[in-house]
Amino acid sequence: MASPAPFIRRDRLWHPPQFAPGYKTSVLRSPRRALLSLEAALGELSGPKFGHDMLAHDDNDLIRNHMVSGEAVGERIIVHGRVVDENARPVPGTLLEVWQANAGGKYRHVNDHYKAADDPNFGGCGRCITDADGHYYFRTIRPGPYPWRNNGSDWRPAHIHVSVFGEAFAQRLVTQMYFEGDPLIPLCPIVNTIPTLAARNMLIAQLDMGAMVPFDSLAYRFDIVLRGRRQAFFENRTEGL
Amino acid sequence: MPVERLKETPSQTAGPYLHIGMLPAQAGLKLRSQERLNVLTSAGVEGERIRIEGSVYDGAGVPVRDAQIEIWQADSKGRYNAPGFLGWGRAGADFSTGTYFFETIRPGATPWPDGRMQAPHLSLLVFARGINLHLHTRLYFDDEGDANTADPLLNAIELAPLRQTLVARREMRGQQIVFRFDIHLQGEKETVFLDM
Repeated sequence: MASPAPFIRRDRLWHPPQFAPGYKTSVLRSPRRALLSLEAALGELSGPKFGHDMLAHDDNDLIRNHMVSGEAVGERIIVHGRVVDENARPVPGTLLEVWQANAGGKYRHVNDHYKAADDPNFGGCGRCITDADGHYYFRTIRPGPYPWRNNGSDWRPAHIHVSVFGEAFAQRLVTQMYFEGDPLIPLCPIVNTIPTLAARNMLIAQLDMGAMVPFDSLAYRFDIVLRGRRQAFFENRTEGL
Repeated sequence: MPVERLKETPSQTAGPYLHIGMLPAQAGLKLRSQERLNVLTSAGVEGERIRIEGSVYDGAGVPVRDAQIEIWQADSKGRYNAPGFLGWGRAGADFSTGTYFFETIRPGATPWPDGRMQAPHLSLLVFARGINLHLHTRLYFDDEGDANTADPLLNAIELAPLRQTLVARREMRGQQIVFRFDIHLQGEKETVFLDM
């Protein structure tokens, strides 16, 4: 097979810097040397292929997939959107994983000791694979905000963590999705690790009344853009790889 | 004005509770409790069995016990996405010791974009609370001396001693081959991280 086309360079001034002292944990966990910038090889231009056979039927339904005695408590929502690349091409068949706190802002995690109540019917874990057009959706409850130790008690806005693979390891992305209108967004030290308002706004899901389920769930739209492939003009491409 | 493409969605830290979505059994969920994403081998997979083990350390030398490592590798013949071998794995650092491990096979050699062969290696990503955009590095094997000496990526590291930060050390544990690979996020032993 011919070597796949390389990717457009990641704009690291658009992403949050590793050293972002407003988010204190980053101080000791950020490399100080410059990254080594190189053209990608096959190991970066390819990536794992996950099939639908790995999914259980309710993996994308967080209201029911960890149910013990009934459905999860909270504001019922659909989250949906498209995964595309920087060239606006859909990214089909890619695995998307999500995790979040419950409606009271408590995570189902052995290390979370926040005083808000657990919801025995909510795990906060979901996943799905994008369709041929790059579209995905899942159903959940809106997570609650919660306090964390940073500058005394800072508060996280309501958010859902999102992990996406793309078709190549170079496209891998983990981020967080916020909700339109949440007054905690501009106060959040983690949101504010991202340098520009335009970039921060890409993480805010919009209320989507056209996608709500009548008498059941509100809907939010969250589109995701992964790195796109560069067009390779007159480049020496290795044949027969 | 230059041509504008869409901008990439910006990254955010995976946070301390990344296990819920990516390693649910470690978080304490009963979902997918049989999943062992750090084991890439199964009966039908050809190749030399190896264990990869190590810790991620912060700038104070303290193990990062909420780190997650992902690996992506070729099969023993140097093929990515080979039938029957996913080639991808994920491990969480142990909450008490900070150690992560993978059970996999030694990958075959794969080509650099100009056609030269690279030394066998794995691509490796690090996620954790406090890491705002996952860190990308590579793991090479210290018993592949000649191939490592000729490897285009290792040779692109100008300060030669830093090349060793990407080389895992072989040890034997009974009959088992273990490659020790510690990742240092910051400080004198800081691992070389990549932008590719």
